[in-house]
Order: sequence, then structure tokens, then C-alpha cells
Amino acid sequence: MKTLIETLKTNSLITSVEAKREDLIFISCEPDHLIEILTDLRDWKNFRHLVMISAVDWIEQGQFQLTYLLYNYENHSDIGVKIRIPRENPEAQSIHHLWKTAHIYQRELHEMFGIVFPGSPRLEESMLLEGWDQIPPMRKEFDTKKYSEETFFPRPGRQTSDPKAHMKQTNYPDDAKMNDELKQLVRDNRKKNREVQDA
Amino acid sequence: MPELDMIVNNWPEPASLDLASGKYTKIWQGPQHPGVTGNMALEITLEGDVVQECRTHVGYLHRGFEKLMERRTFMQCFPIVCRICVPEPDYNEYLFAAAVEELAGIEVPDRGQWIRALTLEMIRIASLTMGLGGQAGAFGLGTIGQWTVAHRDLMLDLFEELTGARLYHMYILPGGVRQDLPEGFVEHLETVLNKFEILIQEIERVLFNNAVFKARAEGLGIIPSDWVEPYGITGTTARAAGVPLDIRKNNPYLIYDELDFEMITGSKSDAFERTMLRKEEVLLSINLIRQILQKMPRTGSVRTKLPNVLHWNVPAGETYVRAETGRGEMGYYMVSDGTEYPRRIHVRGASYTHALAVLEKLAVGQSIADIAGLMVSLQTCPPEIER
Repeated sequence: MKTLIETLKTNSLITSVEAKREDLIFISCEPDHLIEILTDLRDWKNFRHLVMISAVDWIEQGQFQLTYLLYNYENHSDIGVKIRIPRENPEAQSIHHLWKTAHIYQRELHEMFGIVFPGSPRLEESMLLEGWDQIPPMRKEFDTKKYSEETFFPRPGRQTSDPKAHMKQTNYPDDAKMNDELKQLVRDNRKKNREVQDA
Repeated sequence: MPELDMIVNNWPEPASLDLASGKYTKIWQGPQHPGVTGNMALEITLEGDVVQECRTHVGYLHRGFEKLMERRTFMQCFPIVCRICVPEPDYNEYLFAAAVEELAGIEVPDRGQWIRALTLEMIRIASLTMGLGGQAGAFGLGTIGQWTVAHRDLMLDLFEELTGARLYHMYILPGGVRQDLPEGFVEHLETVLNKFEILIQEIERVLFNNAVFKARAEGLGIIPSDWVEPYGITGTTARAAGVPLDIRKNNPYLIYDELDFEMITGSKSDAFERTMLRKEEVLLSINLIRQILQKMPRTGSVRTKLPNVLHWNVPAGETYVRAETGRGEMGYYMVSDGTEYPRRIHVRGASYTHALAVLEKLAVGQSIADIAGLMVSLQTCPPEIER
């Protein structure tokens, strides 16, 4: 692991190397060099298992951080490759040709963060947000509380909890309506009488 | 880079089937599946009864945990992480706790770590056993499903005794576990383990020697071992293909380096082998629990005192922790920015690649009757696809 860190430090494309644990390193690079570094790690350094691709929203700095986590089958260690891309029109290189599972992660990132991966297959196919017209929901500025208050309303529900009345309402709606009107008429008459008496 | 452009543009487009020709039928399998916890739909295009194209559709179960957690303090996240996965909630609790501990530099007492491992192995038995039942049920052997669900309930009873809850235990929290083992728990656990051993023997007789199961599961959904790397296959599915991938052995977490066990691998890599391996894993977990009970320190505290969790700023940093669940690798990627709230938590579940990439590929050319069995044999768990 130490030799690997030394080798990585000599690579001019890598901007920073940070050993997090004995078996976990995070490195950073420019977005343009992503594929070169991932290919190098996969083919020459034995990091052949793509564990996950994830995005972090750094809204204060106006950037998205993409993390590609790779796993080494031989010495059982991980390496995380981090790139920063701008939040405005975010676009990153697609790695669907390096791993067969990569396009699924990219699909999700496209849907949830709005990051574009040119050339990635089935990128526009949404997993869950069919007909979504808001900003991508995993971005920090998306206000879940405001969205739910605007979109969902409390259901009116049943007016009565009496089963007999409910059944009557559903099975004989005309009768129920007539009944209600009669009751209302009686109520109105009583009210009128009371007003007359009071006067 | 001309070479790169060539590779990118040569990505094979999926063959488009002429649906208007009347040769194909398109049907939806799911979103409800007996034997799979959660909802997930398969859009299948058939020619006769042979699958020509399979597309996995998720989105029936999304609860937005990753977004929810960004709006909660670290301690408020702890009770909701267990809800991410229904059959194995404790792994989520452990991984969340481990990630927070690593970022905050919290040391967990020795006995706490052993009890954590004990709970993880217990829920692993429950989940794997239920998976066996689901596998049998997918091939029409429903009785075994009833046995295994009944036995899983015994394990849930034990969890009720230990934690007060049957499914979502909220037991492993950052800093240790909530409380020590109750009195008489070890004896009850031993009784239940014996029952599980008898159950496994019976399943061996009824399921693995069953002509129907053999005829349908053998040779179904063979995953070549060279698929493991590009598709990111982990867990029993990878081990059935002969690839030695077991995080408990390779990257020992908790106290697994002090336990004595061998990794179980197969070679045939079909649905039968995967089910067989899962049965062996149950026996291995029983063995591990016995070892844990034997080697566990008898006394000592089970949790450290945390700082005031209402105003707990976890130091900035990022980490990834992983554990071996019944289905494969589960991991938590956590980024903290030094405030009370996590900046980002990404949950990596094994089903994500298994159900979305591998299943779509494996299903092609299979009979429609075998799709359910194939799906269960990959240990598909939709809750961890949609966090």
C-alpha cells in the first residue's frame, strides 16, 4: 500500500493523495483525466471492481464532487477517485465502457443530480421520476418540505365514521341525498321557527 | 483521443424488437413478487415462452432515505437507517455507526463489538433462511417457505428479547450497542440454533434431493466467473462462481479476524449452487455464533459515552465502510462537512448491480416460468436498490 501511495504521488495527473485508512485511499484529479486514471488503476494496479459512483453536492462552492470507488481483489484495498465539476451544466466523462454496471450509476446520477454523461446508454430512461419537471431532487437547493406542501394535500376522507351511513351513501346515493335534503329542510324550518319565537 | 471515441461509440445498442410483427408478447412480471421483499417490475418481451428482452423497472419503493438523512442530525439518522433494508436491518445500523465512529474517532468497547457481530450473524441466519424459502417457493415448493418463515419468527422473538423490537431493532448505535445481553438470552439462543440445524437438515432432504427442484434449478442462470469483475458481483453469487470474495475474510471488520472459519465457494454457479451455498452459509453462521458466544469477553461495558448528541458536530471528512450481508457487499459512503448534519450518505447495496445489470442479461433466453426462480437466486432485494 505504501508503494502504491508513492507511485500515485509521482503521477502528475493526480492532484492530491490522502490515505484515509490502511486499506482506503482517496485521490483527486482533474475531470479531463478521469478515464486515464481509472483505466490505469483498473489495468495496471489491479483495482478491478467498481464499488460505486456517487455525487456530493457542494453548493457553497458551486461544484459537484463525483467519487468513483474501486476495489482491489488481490490486496483487498479501496481507492476513491474524486473529481470536481461545476454545478452549472454539469457534465462528466462516461465510463460505461470500462465497467458494465457503470451506466446504471450514471443513470441514477443523471436523474437525481442532473449530471450529464455523454454517450452513456439509456441515460434518459428514468428509474423513478417519470414526468418530473422540477430541479433534480438530490440537489441541495431542492426543498423537500416545500415540494410536499405544494404537491400533496390532506385527503378529504369520509365525512362520517358510521358504517351504516357510509354503506347507504355508497349503495343508495339518491336516497341518501334525498334524506340529507329532507333533514336540511327540517333543520331550516326549526331554525326559522326559533327565530320567529325569539322575535 | 480517437481510440476512446471509437470505444465509446461502439457500445452495442440493444437490439430493437419489432413489436408490431405480432411475433412478440410484452408482459410485466411484478411489481409484486412472492419470495422477494419489496416491489420491482420486470418488463419482459417474449417470443413464445422464451424471454427475448428483460428490463428492470424500479421506483415503486423509493423512500428517499439519502435525502432524508441530509436534513437530519447524525443521531436522528440512526433510527431511520435500519428501515432501508427489510430482511437485514442490522447491517445498516452497523455500517452507519461504523462510518460515524470512523469520522468522529470513537472507540467502541470490546464487548460491544462482539455483541454487534452476534446480532449481525443472527439476522444473517434469519435473512438467508427466508431466502431459502423464497427460492423453494419460486419453484412451487411452498411448504419450505412456510417452515422457514416460521423459523425466522423464532429468531425475531430472540431479537424482541434482546432489543425490544422484532424487525427494526435500533440496537447498534454509534459508540456501541444499546444495552447488554439480557439474562438467559444465551440459553434461548442455543435452543433456537438447534432448531435451525434441524430445519436445515430437513430442507436438505426435502429441497436439495427434490427431483422438481433439481430439474428446474440445475443449469439455470449460470454466471461465468469472468462476469464478476465487469458486473461488480459480490457475496454468495460471486462465491458460487468460484471467486473467493467474502468481506468477513478479506477485510475483517468487527471481530471477524478472531474467529476461525473457512470461506465457502462453489464452482457451478447456477441457481442450484447458489441456493446450496446459502444453506451452507446458514450453517456457517450458526458455527460463528457459537464461537462468538464462547470467545466473547464476559464482562465490560457495551458502549462509550457520546458527546451531547443534540449538538454533535462530526469532524469533516469522508469514508467508506463495508460489510458482508447475506446478499453481498453492502457499504456506506459518508461525507461530513463538520456540521451537525451529514453532507451526503450513499448506501451501496449488492442488489443494485445484481438486479439491474446481471438479471437483465441473464434473463434473456430463459423460459418465463424460470424468471421468478432466477430473480430470487440472485438475492434481489429492491429496498436496497431504492434508498
